[in-house]
Amino acid sequence: MRLLRLVPATPHIPFMRWHKLALGLSCLSLLGSIVAFAVLGINFGIDFKGGTLIEVRTAQTADLPTMRNNLNGLGLGDVSLQEFGADDDVLIRVPLQSGEGEDIQQAAVVKVQEALDEAFPGIEYRRVEFVGPQVSGELIEKGVIAVVVAVVFMMAYVWLRFEWQFGVGAVLALIHDVVATIGLFCLTQIDFDLPVVAALLTIVGYSMNDTVVVYDRIRENLRKYKQESMAAVVDRSLNETLSRTVNTALTTLLALFALYIFGGEVIAPFVLAMIWGVVVGTYSSVFIGAPFLLYLRPVRRTESGDEKADGEADPGTVQR
Amino acid sequence: MLQFPPWKIWLVSVICALGVLFALPNVIGKSTLDSLPSWLPHNQVSLGLDLRGGVYLLLQVDTDAYVSDRMAVVEEDMRRILRDERISVEVPNTRDGVLTMRLRKPEDATRAQELLQDVSEGVDVSVSDEGTVTATLTEKGRDDGLSDAVDRALEVIGRRINETGVREPIVQRQGTDRILVQVPGLENPEELKDILGQTAKLTFRLVNTETDINAALNGQVPIGSELLYGEGDDAPYVVSKRIMVSGESLTGAQAAFDQGRPVVSFSFDTAGARRFCDATSENVGRPMAIVLDDKVISAPRINGAICGGRGIITGNFTVAETNRLALLLRAGALPVPMSIVEERTVGPSLGADSIRAGEIAAIIGFVAVVVFMLGAYGLFGIFANVALLANIILILGAMSLLQATLTLPGIAGIVLTVGMAVDANVLIFERIREEMANGRTPFNAVDTGFKRAMTTIVDSNLTTILAAGLLFGLGSGPVRGFGVTLAIGIVTSMFTAIMVTRLQAVLWLRRKRPQTLPL
Repeated sequence: MRLLRLVPATPHIPFMRWHKLALGLSCLSLLGSIVAFAVLGINFGIDFKGGTLIEVRTAQTADLPTMRNNLNGLGLGDVSLQEFGADDDVLIRVPLQSGEGEDIQQAAVVKVQEALDEAFPGIEYRRVEFVGPQVSGELIEKGVIAVVVAVVFMMAYVWLRFEWQFGVGAVLALIHDVVATIGLFCLTQIDFDLPVVAALLTIVGYSMNDTVVVYDRIRENLRKYKQESMAAVVDRSLNETLSRTVNTALTTLLALFALYIFGGEVIAPFVLAMIWGVVVGTYSSVFIGAPFLLYLRPVRRTESGDEKADGEADPGTVQR
Repeated sequence: MLQFPPWKIWLVSVICALGVLFALPNVIGKSTLDSLPSWLPHNQVSLGLDLRGGVYLLLQVDTDAYVSDRMAVVEEDMRRILRDERISVEVPNTRDGVLTMRLRKPEDATRAQELLQDVSEGVDVSVSDEGTVTATLTEKGRDDGLSDAVDRALEVIGRRINETGVREPIVQRQGTDRILVQVPGLENPEELKDILGQTAKLTFRLVNTETDINAALNGQVPIGSELLYGEGDDAPYVVSKRIMVSGESLTGAQAAFDQGRPVVSFSFDTAGARRFCDATSENVGRPMAIVLDDKVISAPRINGAICGGRGIITGNFTVAETNRLALLLRAGALPVPMSIVEERTVGPSLGADSIRAGEIAAIIGFVAVVVFMLGAYGLFGIFANVALLANIILILGAMSLLQATLTLPGIAGIVLTVGMAVDANVLIFERIREEMANGRTPFNAVDTGFKRAMTTIVDSNLTTILAAGLLFGLGSGPVRGFGVTLAIGIVTSMFTAIMVTRLQAVLWLRRKRPQTLPL
């Protein structure tokens, strides 16, 4: 049987020749993300903004204009409606109510349900999610802490297993991925909710996984090909691992696309974040994590050398 | 070369067999499951609320209400102590949890300080030389009190939920001031919210008939009384603050009928019965207000002394309402008001849809990956696919065994693991290809490939486990479920991708002794 080979057996792609172009592209996309963040901002879902989300299924095709009219007449602020997957499925978002007392939030939900029950007999409540202001604040805090701790842990881990230069390179790649993913959510204005933070953490894990595989090979080749320039070693390592990089990204994307298409509306934003994260994470380990080593200049050791013996280091062999 | 001792073969086989055994209850029907001998595992994967439908509620103690309740008691105690010692004070004033009152004679300051020093644990009292008494709840006093209140509320909520008869409820304390309630598969979440949201503080008190109701409505409420409104009709009542008997003295409550109307009948404990008897016999002819959470349910006239320790509460009730009130009275009042700060309710139909969608996505994702691996690595792809199947079985088995909760993001976690699990095999196979290109024999190439890829696999998977651990720490509910499946999936995938694939490769090499590898 002839096997499918997406990447030739021994590719010779001069990654390092392009790395400045790639870095420029990355800087642009990061800048774009920051601009999108500043101009459009993150469209926080109720997990982080607080408020109520109600998913209903109507007996017939949902009459959105009437429903919108009814609900906006309740004086609960800007109630937004959105068709959700099917034409009899509607997602209703009620903002947090301002005013004294805790029960005012729950009262708003009851009001909405009463209005819906009256106007649309046989309406089914598929999902009601309410997040109060105190809880949403805590969820933001927890989410930010988790992502930051993840990045710091990863850096510490790579630092321990490799050297600090690798740790810094890996973290730069991670920050790139996280920022680019947040940028995508700013740009598309898709609800940014708790599962998306979970996706971010997974992306951090995946991207790190990818970066570590490349770094492992770079470390091995640094010892094996002592005469080669740093750029040549990085190039060689990227080419050697390219087939794996592509195949793993592909199998993961196959699984994720199956989830995105067939997994239902509820987890679609979560899966979208991961699809994007896998693409960006793969790109970043090749075009950010690896090239940055050229600038960070890890110390090169002899093949038989003790890893801890810094005295054997010969920085002179490091070339641009 | 290619060491694979028999005990290792056995170990791998036994682990896989155990996986099948523990995963099996998930695929066979309930009736078949029940007929199996009891020593076989029966646990199925437990589904999260987002898949089976149900209610998740997070209730929080109203700290301000707790502080003001507590300070009201402190105020009462302080005034009593001072009154007993004939020290007169002006009307106290409580704002933001700080109580201040002025002594009429500043020279009483030292004695007042002495008397009030230990009025209540956790309350700091200071008296200035000018005769101003300040009482504040210390932070510790507040936290201890709150913690105690939450403990008692936990019991009350537990009793209320048990009274409703739902199955498998979870009532847990969360942090210092919150209670988490999870009830799977509930038909009517509104009812549960009504039952949990109510403080249900019942008091019997006299109606103050000596004041003009209009004067009271204009703000002239006599000291010792308060203005309350009727439940439903909002009629104003001036009610004495003195409590004759409270709901704490109740020993039972039942929904009943009186002259064809739904009522709640109740019975008092001995002490409560005596107090109720005394109070009613002293006040025959006067109206008595039955107050529930600062709303007057009804204010019947006391027709005679009630000394049997039993009574009924009349009101403008429906049968459902009497049932609910009776339940609340039986379970007791919450020591502090609580409010719902987070709610996640998933209807059974959405849960079922999510399971179906998740299953379809998982199968399609699996098939896609299997086809790709077959196309990319041929025979070795088959080895990897067998390992992948073993991996899914092990994940299911481990989740059933550990009784970890499977959520919708958890299903995504499994599908993601399917995609990522083959990574280890991809690493190994690519490495074997390289080693072959370097001119090694098939045996040698496979052996070196596995060995060399190993460190990379461990390194790269550890990072994902770190992330999964954080997800577990971060998450409540669904996100946590994702962390669990991801972590389990990585551990099992490392085992299957390395051991199961290797076992197959070694057995094949030993049997065929090939000159070249079909890779």
